[in-house]
Amino acid sequence: MTTSAISLAQAIAARTTTAAAATDAALSAITERDGELHAFLHVDADAAREAASAIDARLAAGETVGPLAGVPVAIKDNLVMTGVPTTCGSKILEGWRPPYTATVVERLIDAGAIPIGKTNLDEFAMGSSTENSAFGPSLNPIDPTKVPGGSSGGSAVAVAAGYVPVSLGSDTGGSIRQPAAFCGLVGYKPTYGHISRYGLVAFSSSLDQVGPFTTTVADAALVSEVIGGHDHRDSTSIDAPAPGLLEACGRGVAGLRIGLCSDLLDGADAAIVDRVRAAAAALEAAGATVVDLAIPELRLGLSAYYLLAPAEASSNLARYDGVRFGLREERDDVAAMNVATRTAGFGPEVKRRIMLGTYALSAGYYDAYYGQAQKTRRLITNALDAAYQGVDLLLGATTPTTAFGFGDKVADPLSMYLSDLFTIPSNLAGHPAMSVPFGADSAGLPIGVQLLAPGRRDDLLFAAGAVLESEVSA
Amino acid sequence: MTNPNPLTEADVIKVASLARLELRPDEVATFTEQLGSVLGHAQDIAALNLEGLSPMAHPFDLENVLREDVVTPSLDRDAVLAAAPDAAEHRFRVGRILGEAP
Repeated sequence: MTTSAISLAQAIAARTTTAAAATDAALSAITERDGELHAFLHVDADAAREAASAIDARLAAGETVGPLAGVPVAIKDNLVMTGVPTTCGSKILEGWRPPYTATVVERLIDAGAIPIGKTNLDEFAMGSSTENSAFGPSLNPIDPTKVPGGSSGGSAVAVAAGYVPVSLGSDTGGSIRQPAAFCGLVGYKPTYGHISRYGLVAFSSSLDQVGPFTTTVADAALVSEVIGGHDHRDSTSIDAPAPGLLEACGRGVAGLRIGLCSDLLDGADAAIVDRVRAAAAALEAAGATVVDLAIPELRLGLSAYYLLAPAEASSNLARYDGVRFGLREERDDVAAMNVATRTAGFGPEVKRRIMLGTYALSAGYYDAYYGQAQKTRRLITNALDAAYQGVDLLLGATTPTTAFGFGDKVADPLSMYLSDLFTIPSNLAGHPAMSVPFGADSAGLPIGVQLLAPGRRDDLLFAAGAVLESEVSA
Repeated sequence: MTNPNPLTEADVIKVASLARLELRPDEVATFTEQLGSVLGHAQDIAALNLEGLSPMAHPFDLENVLREDVVTPSLDRDAVLAAAPDAAEHRFRVGRILGEAP
């Protein structure tokens, strides 16, 4: 399925095809290829076919349907749906069937979308390759010897393999943008608070955001408008109208000032640097002014992030204690049961992060690590705010490399963490960012360029992203 | 990493116990090296003078979010308990918490 969500929804609404046909196409593509690629942890074929028939029946009856009516979608397996298994890629939640549905999933369903299944991820969204999934990695459909990126790797594969035109992921330090870059997709992390996290299993609550993977910038805009907006069930949700994203896709970049940021570029592969410079030239040709600038503070983001996110995770993951949901390893007393359950249920990366966070928060180290990381977060945010006094948008690479091989970075966690270097600053600041596919390296592996905007100016990403997209497909 | 490892194996064992995790001896060695390497990288910020910067816990200044004080539906108790490893009498059921009386 290479059709965009928008054109598929239009064809279904015009009844030149049906929701049932679109759903069957997705399911048969999954049957054919997902044994190899492993995008999905759970496929709910019966429920999908039933939902599709219901959409077709409503269309046949002349009813009005939503803007995504009949469009098959895939959902990262850290977003809950009532009664549908949610594992977060972890043994500790294997078999859990949540008793509620995430707001973003509810809004997709209300718009007529057909959830096909739940996609693979690094355990609890901690990782950059899906190699930390307890259920085995996903493979990059462009080159199955390479990782798809992570943590939302399964969601990226589901779209890049052509199963579905849209999937949802979550982005805490780059977990949407990095796999989007590795798989040649549009990946968007919204301003913190734009899209509800109600029903997103918490990893690092001051950083986590939900967003889409799509093949076009306009699809990302439509999906984000559908799932975005205030939600009283998420206390961090912004209660104010968001700028229009679909409208922004046609706006162009004439008059915009764009900063080509060396600290989001230096150290990247030469082929990636070339493509980012080509993107700068394309934006300039479309009427933007491009200036070179440096924000050296961004380089400190990695250290701050890998203290703050584990610290929050160590607290959020305290709830997996064998009492209320998921795995329990029975022991004679509760304390021993807690330890046995967590020891058996969590994989090595989750244990690493929990211990790192526990250490950073412990007496004697709190100020030196956690406190210092929080101040660094302020330093980086201030530096970005200062840069946005002079430019409207920043441009850089999404990732330092194209998709890497399985096993390349598993033994050395720090080398894996370094693949998040360019994506982390937007999470720390709560700002929006987008990865747009913009060519490939000599091996044919996709390259993503990254656009960054100040908080609540997500519309600027879509204006510039659409320009880049038209340039690359021209 | 040229910095000496800021972590000892004893630190890792202590942190694991605080986090309710049990490590095998080979895991203690691996985690000590891996966590030490991440903390070693963090020396770049540990060494900064950040006097005068306020710690940032969150992207925006958060205020308490209150809703109208009216009764609204919440999760169904039986559905929630059905997802638990063990439940009895409308409660989560766990094993013994206190030891035998001496």
